[in-house]
Formats: sequence, C-alpha cells, structure tokens
Amino acid sequence: MAEFRTCPDSGFYFHKSAESLMKVNAVLGVVFLLVAGVLAVGVVLTRWQEVHLLSAEAFYMGLTAHGINALIFWIIFFEMAILHFASSTLLRCRLATPAWAWIGFILMVIGAVMNNVAVFQGNSSVMMTSYAPMQAAPHFYLGLILFAVGALLQVFVFFGTLVVAHQEKTYEGSVPLVTFGAITAAIIAVFTIASGAIILIPTFLWSIGYISHIDAEMYRIVWWGLGHSSQQVNVAAHVSVWYLLAGVLFGARPMSEKVSRMAFLLYILFLQLACAHHILVDPGVSTEWRIFNTSYAMYLAVLASMIHGLTVPGSIEVAQRKKGLTNGIFEWLRKAPWDNPVFSGMFISLLVFGFIGGITGVVMGTLQINLIIHNTIYVPAHFHATVAVGTTLAFMALTYLLIPVLFRREMIFPKLAKLQPYIFGGGMTILILFMLGAGTLGVSRRHWDMDFTGAALGFEYPGMAYTLMAIAAIGGLLAIVGGAIYLLVAVGSLMFGKKLEPSAGFLQSFLGKSLAASVYNTNRPETLPMAPKLSVEEHGSSGFEAPGTFALAMVLLVSFVVYYFINWKYLASVWPLG
Amino acid sequence: MTSYMPPAERIWWKMPVGRQELVWIAISLVWCLIMFLMMPYWHIYGKQNPATEAYQTTPAKFGARVQEMVEQYQVREESGIPVVKPPAGSDIYMLGRLWQWYPIFELEKDQSYRLHLSSMDWQHGFSLQPINVNLQVVPGYEMVLQITPDQAGEYGVVCNEYCGIGHHLMVGRIYVGE
Repeated sequence: MAEFRTCPDSGFYFHKSAESLMKVNAVLGVVFLLVAGVLAVGVVLTRWQEVHLLSAEAFYMGLTAHGINALIFWIIFFEMAILHFASSTLLRCRLATPAWAWIGFILMVIGAVMNNVAVFQGNSSVMMTSYAPMQAAPHFYLGLILFAVGALLQVFVFFGTLVVAHQEKTYEGSVPLVTFGAITAAIIAVFTIASGAIILIPTFLWSIGYISHIDAEMYRIVWWGLGHSSQQVNVAAHVSVWYLLAGVLFGARPMSEKVSRMAFLLYILFLQLACAHHILVDPGVSTEWRIFNTSYAMYLAVLASMIHGLTVPGSIEVAQRKKGLTNGIFEWLRKAPWDNPVFSGMFISLLVFGFIGGITGVVMGTLQINLIIHNTIYVPAHFHATVAVGTTLAFMALTYLLIPVLFRREMIFPKLAKLQPYIFGGGMTILILFMLGAGTLGVSRRHWDMDFTGAALGFEYPGMAYTLMAIAAIGGLLAIVGGAIYLLVAVGSLMFGKKLEPSAGFLQSFLGKSLAASVYNTNRPETLPMAPKLSVEEHGSSGFEAPGTFALAMVLLVSFVVYYFINWKYLASVWPLG
Repeated sequence: MTSYMPPAERIWWKMPVGRQELVWIAISLVWCLIMFLMMPYWHIYGKQNPATEAYQTTPAKFGARVQEMVEQYQVREESGIPVVKPPAGSDIYMLGRLWQWYPIFELEKDQSYRLHLSSMDWQHGFSLQPINVNLQVVPGYEMVLQITPDQAGEYGVVCNEYCGIGHHLMVGRIYVGE
C-alpha cells in the first residue's frame, strides 16, 4: 500500500518511495557539484595567467572533470529529483515502479563514478565533448552510457507516473503548468539520450577496437544533439522551477496557461535543432541547414524563452499587486522578499539567464557572427550565464525550499544562506562579463597558456586581455565561495539541521500558515483540485496587468537589439571572407 | 498557488490572452524574424561568411597538396617552418597537426586567396588573431574559403580547439604585406 505524508509547511503530498528517490537523486547531484566546485578552483587559478597554478596535464584533466561533473552529473541527478517531484508530489500520485527508478539511479551512480575514475586515471583528458578522433579510455564512454541509460529509466518512471496519475484520477482537469514544463524537459531528455546513444555507443566500440574509424564531423553533429539538447533539458527544467517558486512564494498564477504552455511546446518542437550552433564554422554543412537550425526554425524557441521571460516575473507582479503593492511600476519588485534565498536565487537566475545568457546565446548562434566568437572564452562565459546561474542557481533556490519541505530539516546558518545567492550570482556575473570581454579580444577557451610558452612561433594578446582574465578569475573565486556556502548550508542542514517533525519550519514562518503534522499514512491523498476560478473581470484584462515587468522586458529587448547590431558592426570590420 | 495546480478552467486553451502578453509576443516575433532574415541577407550581401565549400579528403592527400605548394612558392624559413609566398588569387593550403600550423604565409594586402584548411590528426581550431576570426578544422574534411586580407601586418594563428597536452604550442603565422 502506498504511503503518503503531507508537508505541514507547504501542503505537498509525498509518496514515501518517491520521496526517498528525490532525496538520493538530489544528494548525489550535490555531491557532484562539490567535485565540480573543487575543480573550478584549479581551473580559475590557472586561467588567471599571473597565478597559472596547475601544470598543463592537471589543468586539462581538471577542466574535463569540471565540465562533466557540473554540466552533466550535478544537473541531471538534480533534474531526476525534480521529475519525481513534478509527477508524484505535484499530482499526489504514487510513483510508478519505484524499483526501476532505483535501478536507474544506481546505474547513474555507477556511470558517473566510472567516468570520473577514467578521467582521474589521466588518459581521458578529452574535455566534455571528447571530440573524435581524440580518444579516451573505454570506461570514459561506458560510464557516460550507463549514466544515460539510468537517466532514461528514471525518465520512463516519470512518464509512467503520469499515466498512473491519469488513470487513478489523482487530479482534476489538466496537469499543472510546472508538471507540463517537466514533461517538456523529459521529452527533450529522451531525444538527448537517444542522440547520446547513437554517438557514444559506436565511439565506445571504437575505443575498444571493434570499429576502425569514427568520422570526426559526424561525431560533432550527433554529439551536439546530446551536448546542446541536454542544456535545453536544463532550460525547460529551470523555467519550470521558476514557475514553481513563483507559485510557492507569491501564490502566483500563470498569466495565461495557454501562452506558457505554448511556449513549452515550442521548446519541444525546436530546441533540439541547437546542435547546429556548434557546427556553424565547420566544413561540409550547407548554409541553408545552418541558418534554419541555428535559428531554431526562425527563432521560435527564442520566442518561447522571451515569453517565459515576461510571464514568470509578470505572474509575480500580478500576485504582488493583488496584495496591494501597487505604487509606481516597481513597488512589487522592491518589496519582494529579497532576504529569502528561495526568491533572490530564483530572481537572479532569471535576470542573468535572460539578460546575459539569452542575449549572448542568440548573438553567438548567429551564423556569421559565430566567426568572431567560435571557441573563444566567450563561449564558456555564455554557458555559465545559462547553466551556472540560470540552472544551477535556480536549483540552489529550490534546495532552500526542499530542505524544510522534502528533508524536514531546519536550515542551518540562515543568515549565510540569505547572502548566498548574491555572492554566487554576483561572482558568476563578474566572471561571465569579463570572460565575454576577453573572448571578444580573441582569448581561447580550453587553453592552458595564453603566453604560448615554448611555442616555435609566438603570439601576444593585448594587455587588456590579461586584465580581463584576472578580474574574471576573481569573480570566479567569489562564485566558488558562494558555491561553498550553498554546499555548507545544504549538506550541513541535512546532517545537523534541527528535525522538523512535526512542528514549524523556515517556510512556514514566511507563509504564515499552520498545517497538520507530517506523518505517513496509507490514506489516499485527496484528489488535487483545479485552481480556484478567477472572477470575470480578471480574465484577459485589456489593460497592462504587469507594467513593471513590461518595462523590464522592453529594457531586455533594447539591450538585445543594440548588442546584436554592435556585433554585426564588429564582424563587418574583419577581413572579407567566405 | 496555481502554477503547480491544474488550470482553473477545464478548457484552458480557449481562455482569452491578456493584451500585455499579446503585445509582447508580437514584438518578440517581429524581432525574431528580423534576426532570422539577417542571416540570409548577410549571406548574400555581407562580406564575412563561413565557408560554403568543402570536400572530403585524407591526411595523406591533403598533406601532399600542401607540400607541393610549399616546394613551389617557398621564399624562406622561420623557426624551421617554411614561409610561402603564393601568387595573388591562387589556392593556398594550410594544415594543422600536433602541434603546428604549416606553413607560414606571406600574402598581399587587398588580394584574394582561396584558403584550404584541413587537419592531419585530431580536430584543431584556426583562430586568426588579433582580428579574431575562428574556423573549425576537422580531419578528413577540406574547408575552402576565399579570404581578402584588407590590413597589412603580422597575424597569429592560435589553435583554439583543444588538441592535447601541447595545445598551447600550436601557433602559426600569416604575414600580410602592402
């Protein structure tokens, strides 16, 4: 018999098996974030040319492991927890086949450990992309394959849970928007993992000698079906987290269910075309192919992100205005709970993702502009804005919610936690902006020595490039401190935080609610009702319900347009070529 | 409250959309289409475009072609690497290998050349500095693009695709004379 408990803080129902799986997935994610964070110290201090800490060998090994642990293991483990939350918890449904989810989880752990072992043995410093014909040890690829198979199993359990919820009618009407977003992430994940299988299985066979040749260009195209699409899983997941946190913190309701869901649908239809972003200056692909795919079919997936960029803060603004924060266009934002890390983390994630990650991503994914950006350090600057702040900080914010709700612990060091999103987000923003600048000056990514010590022919970067890299490194160190605080608070709370059974918690003090104790029982949860209806006059309001958000959106648009054309102008100044 | 609850209306897809969202979607869509059209526009009228010409090749075939050109047009040597001065308008061949760009070119300003690029071993990145033009160099593929250096000077070719422990040693050179 399925056992459930109700969280007295949030009212969420937790199925016991699902809850355990959420916990182990989230904890494992955090473990790999710790590994990635430790390695980041070495990476940052080596690229700070005046410090130049590590040897070339150690640097490339560390950078390979940093990328894989941060981009793949941390995020995907955490996403598995989110999928189980969005299906079982939000729909008040038992998890379908928990045993299969456990098998998936164990495979993921084995795969992640195996891959790390391969990298740290030293013969697999091939970077996350492991571009053929550069070859890693067989267990490097095998680890990734096992991890992917495990993730796929957990994704199928998610789909199974949706079917169970539908059949057992655990909810009325349609699935909630957050679950819809999670479904989007899961569908893209299936595509992603399929691409990974198509390329990594032959590459593994090649590494053990069963296949004689892997075509380097084919590898790039198919690998990026894995590499870029997996980041699109993150986008769908962290946008869902934004909607969730807006709902939890403000009682925000989506401005329009239709618009937000259409935007998620556009992700499903077009995001995976993004593998083209990495092939723009490659030989052998046609211009038509590059233009159509790099634009996600006329930028329809970008349109989707611009829509979420309006509707997420817009829904918060509408909710705040209903509470009477109606002065001026920004009182709703000024009086938001900036000292609550759940909110500040989520909102900084939204801002940096949109303003920096989004704009730079579109600019460098423009067919011709890519000529002046490809493989410079501009590229990691972009994806630190999208993944390290966009996804990771959103997940950190969610963690602060989950500590009391899922783990039933009181948060330790709450004052430190309040500062954490600012330190991490601020440090990352410095790192990102100055790496963008250095990339514009031509500094290469994945490069141990910008002095080219020992090279037969030298090249000297302008002095400014060194200054920018040094400031970026300081920002990076600040971000690492922010990351360390997160780990301290998260891990410390799980181990030493006061148990919240069954009394009040961190979130409760914020929401001012008092609910029943959190104990397991075998009663079937009440059917999840539809959200309360709006009054007539609130429907499709003809005025602008969220003028502050609209103003912010216009600022985004103007920055976007200006920066976009500045890059065209810069491109027009280089040698004619083509 | 409701982002994690089922929509308030069973038939939510028939609910009207607020004007603010419609306006934003319209503006965004127009901007997306402008960005989309910029690419075909620049492809036709712009002067800087990625290569559209490429062939499958082998390291042996491409290496032989490079050597042929070097023997024909070598003018001197620098750090053990031949410096080649091919005639304006000709096909010029550069190869990347662990860890060297080969050979060095001496080109003339405002003259066009058909630059052929390929790799002998792993993937490399052709990063022309300081103007910061970047191309992917892939073994088995020969990329051809027309270049017209429009400023005299000494240019570095940094490898910006990670290619192993000596990656940072891989720097080439192109001279552009008046």
